[in-house]
Amino acid sequence: MEMTMLCYLLPSLFMFCCGVYGFITRKNMIAILISLELMLNAVDINFVVFNRYLFPGNMEGMFFTLFAIAIAAAETALAIAIIINIFRVASDIDVREINKMKF
Amino acid sequence: MESVGSIIMYVIIVLSIVIFSILAVTTRKILRAATYLLFTLFATAAIYFQLDYEFLGAVQIAVYAGGIVVLFVFSILLTSRPGDNSEKLASKQKTLGLTGAAAMLLVAGYSLISRIEFLVDRPEMQSIDMQQVGETLMGTGHFQYLLPFEAISVLLLACIIGGVVVARKN
Amino acid sequence: MEATLPILILSIPLFMFLFLGLLGKYMAHKWAGILGTLGMGVTMILAYTVAFTYFFSGNPEFINGAGERLQSIVFNVDWLQFTDTLVIRLGFLLDPIAAMMLVVITTISFMVHLYSNGYMRDHHGVWETGFQRFYAFLSLFSFSMLGLVVATNIFQMYIFWELVGASSYLLIGFYYTKPSAVSASKKAFIVTRFADLGFLIGILILSYYTGTFNFTELTSVPVEGIADVYQVSAGTAEAVKSVFANSAAPMFMGASVMTWALVLIFMGGMGKSAMMPLHIWLPDAMEGPTPVSALIHAATMVVAGVYLVARLFPLYLMETAALDIIVVVGAFTALYAAMVACAQVDIKRVLAFSTISQIAFMMVSLGVARPEFHHGIGYMASMFHLFTHAMFKALLFLCAGAIIHAIGSNDYTEMHGLRKYMPVTHIAFLIGCLAIAGIIPFAGFFSKDEILTACFGHSMVWYIWMSLVAGLTAFYMFRLYYLIFWWKEHKVHEGHHAPHDQAWTMTLPLIILSVVSCVAGFVPFGNLVTWNGHPMFDHAGFLTNLEHLDWSVACISLAVAVIAILIATKMYMKENPLPDKMEQALPNLWKWCHHRFYWDELYMFITHRIIFGLICKPIAWFDRHIIDGTMDGLAFVTNKLSWSIRGLQSGNVQTYVWIYLIGVLLLGSITVLCLI
Repeated sequence: MEMTMLCYLLPSLFMFCCGVYGFITRKNMIAILISLELMLNAVDINFVVFNRYLFPGNMEGMFFTLFAIAIAAAETALAIAIIINIFRVASDIDVREINKMKF
Repeated sequence: MESVGSIIMYVIIVLSIVIFSILAVTTRKILRAATYLLFTLFATAAIYFQLDYEFLGAVQIAVYAGGIVVLFVFSILLTSRPGDNSEKLASKQKTLGLTGAAAMLLVAGYSLISRIEFLVDRPEMQSIDMQQVGETLMGTGHFQYLLPFEAISVLLLACIIGGVVVARKN
Repeated sequence: MEATLPILILSIPLFMFLFLGLLGKYMAHKWAGILGTLGMGVTMILAYTVAFTYFFSGNPEFINGAGERLQSIVFNVDWLQFTDTLVIRLGFLLDPIAAMMLVVITTISFMVHLYSNGYMRDHHGVWETGFQRFYAFLSLFSFSMLGLVVATNIFQMYIFWELVGASSYLLIGFYYTKPSAVSASKKAFIVTRFADLGFLIGILILSYYTGTFNFTELTSVPVEGIADVYQVSAGTAEAVKSVFANSAAPMFMGASVMTWALVLIFMGGMGKSAMMPLHIWLPDAMEGPTPVSALIHAATMVVAGVYLVARLFPLYLMETAALDIIVVVGAFTALYAAMVACAQVDIKRVLAFSTISQIAFMMVSLGVARPEFHHGIGYMASMFHLFTHAMFKALLFLCAGAIIHAIGSNDYTEMHGLRKYMPVTHIAFLIGCLAIAGIIPFAGFFSKDEILTACFGHSMVWYIWMSLVAGLTAFYMFRLYYLIFWWKEHKVHEGHHAPHDQAWTMTLPLIILSVVSCVAGFVPFGNLVTWNGHPMFDHAGFLTNLEHLDWSVACISLAVAVIAILIATKMYMKENPLPDKMEQALPNLWKWCHHRFYWDELYMFITHRIIFGLICKPIAWFDRHIIDGTMDGLAFVTNKLSWSIRGLQSGNVQTYVWIYLIGVLLLGSITVLCLI
């Protein structure tokens, strides 16, 4: 069996779609954040795979993933800080209940 | 033609990605979702290893699996009570979500599969040595990334401070 | 010349302005007054030193071997550099008129500073509100006026021109709680600004064609061998030679552009010097405190227009059409103002119209000056009159201030018969009247005589005209004098103190200025101030002016003045029905003079009926209904639209994601379908 790009892109696409599903259906904010991480991860895989197959001499894809991981860490930390703050104020982290700031 | 070992490895990785992704978004216990996410992240790291990016795989395990998931677990423990299950999804909502995800899968998957010609074989490649990674990260020349590196370090610092400010009482 | 003194002359008043303006309210009234006066006194001594050095040191920077006085640039710094050629400089130009003006401004300003110490408090010693502010503004004015007269280029002059306008505005509106003072200050500012528009356009045209702002390049040629020293010379300056020599110079509406430029610049001078028809602000400016009227609206600022024309006189000589316009404007203004002055009740108004008339004398004198006749005697006479007029008109205003301060009213009907009560003021006022009427040997006689000589040399018509106006001047001044000090016994109101001479701070300036008005006529101006620096007499001494008098002109003008004074004596010395009979005999003339020939009403009509009614109102309607309507309609539509779609902003993140996802799917499908 030949290991083509498709063999890696399709699982990553599947992971991405799972993230989309989770993002749309889950109510818990942390669960939504988890879905988000799934999607981010799928994108990271794409970068690496393209780098590996199409431009094996360069390292752009790899470094982009590296930076994406760092930024994802930062973003998660901040998002969790916000979620904890919301929980303290509203004692709930159901995303449907947090709509006090609409117009 | 790949070796049988790597194919078996590949099958295991793909299976775990598929299964744990689905479980991570469908389980009703939030702590379990975090655990399944951890497994998915491990599987991703395995893909990086298989593609000869050892350093990236190590970072994936250290930062994602080691750092972020722990953050998730902490926040889950802070925000939910034990035995706290989220209620069952209404079937309408489930259908809607499934439709959206499936449509996404369909459109993107079709576009992938229909572009057969650029899906080339894996070229031969030496695994990247750490010195090269370090020079690329710290250099200021063409295709070298000192500036983004510094920018991200400042961003992380800002996030640390921001996180402390946002999360602390009063 | 060292730049230290000139810099000090400019910076001391500026410093006093900042000091008194910023810190004045933290210091006692008394000390603010003393400090302001001291600062001005020091400036005056420095200015005297500079002027003395200029006129009498014999330094080759200031006078050449032939005895001709030169223009010397003491310093000139680049202030704003726009391009290599367009540079705005600030500097200090010393030449006869600048040195003379330094003396005039600092003297009068010092007198006014001293005088205000007494004037700006009431009989019980209570200081006026804003006393320190008053001194700060006086210092600002002195600074601006000094900067104006020493300007090295026309743009610096314009800058300081606006600054004196601003200080005049501030001082007219000093009693800003009085609506009449507020409207007077606005009127003065707007009218002079309107004139300055012409001035600015004139400057731009002039500098566009000549390529320079500098006076020295416009009117003079450099002196060989000494840097920054120039000699005035009409038509030989490099910058203007080509412009005037070029017969194909652009024309506009039948006159060359240079004529237009010079006439427009003169328009600025008309505004500041209150020439008809831009004179309407000056009588109203009397709403300010009287010392201010003496300093700004009699002695210094209002002669800035004369000074401007004198400064550019060599240019005007090359376009005599502009000079003719100046003569006509000046002559009509002189007659008009003199006639109106005969029928005013408010003593400050009389003095204001008298100022307008006397400035018009100076303008006429400049207009009739030609180098061919007595080395341009008109120019010298104009500057001489400027000098003497500053002295005796400041004296008259300060006397009027003392009277107003004692009586508490501007109206002569409240005064009458004050000679016994205020003897010093009476004598000083009489000296001022004799000086302005042109009685030998007071200052006004000599300068006015020179003016009439210049008119005589130019044209008979203007000579007779101006002699008549000189007679009218003597008449209205003595009418005022008799109505204040004679007419009938003064009636002291019950419970009021009898009026008396004021404090020494107010009396001393009167005495000093009286002495100056007596002797200023003997200053040998012909050897000090001439248009090209060339001395008019071989030697100069105390009696030079008398020796060189043109006795035929002098006798006639003396006779006219004496006759006018006699008529005034007959009519106003004792209470009698003659003035009323005059009024009844010439009812229309009297009415027109009393209402200042309805100029203000004419302006009101033009601004309110024509400009406001026919132009502004339709524009306002258009603005309110069409432009605002469009904007309001837009806002209304936006508002409605926003309300109708605000439901989309549900605050539910997952809804947003749904919408986003649908968009992505649509775009993705389109891409897939089109590209593959």
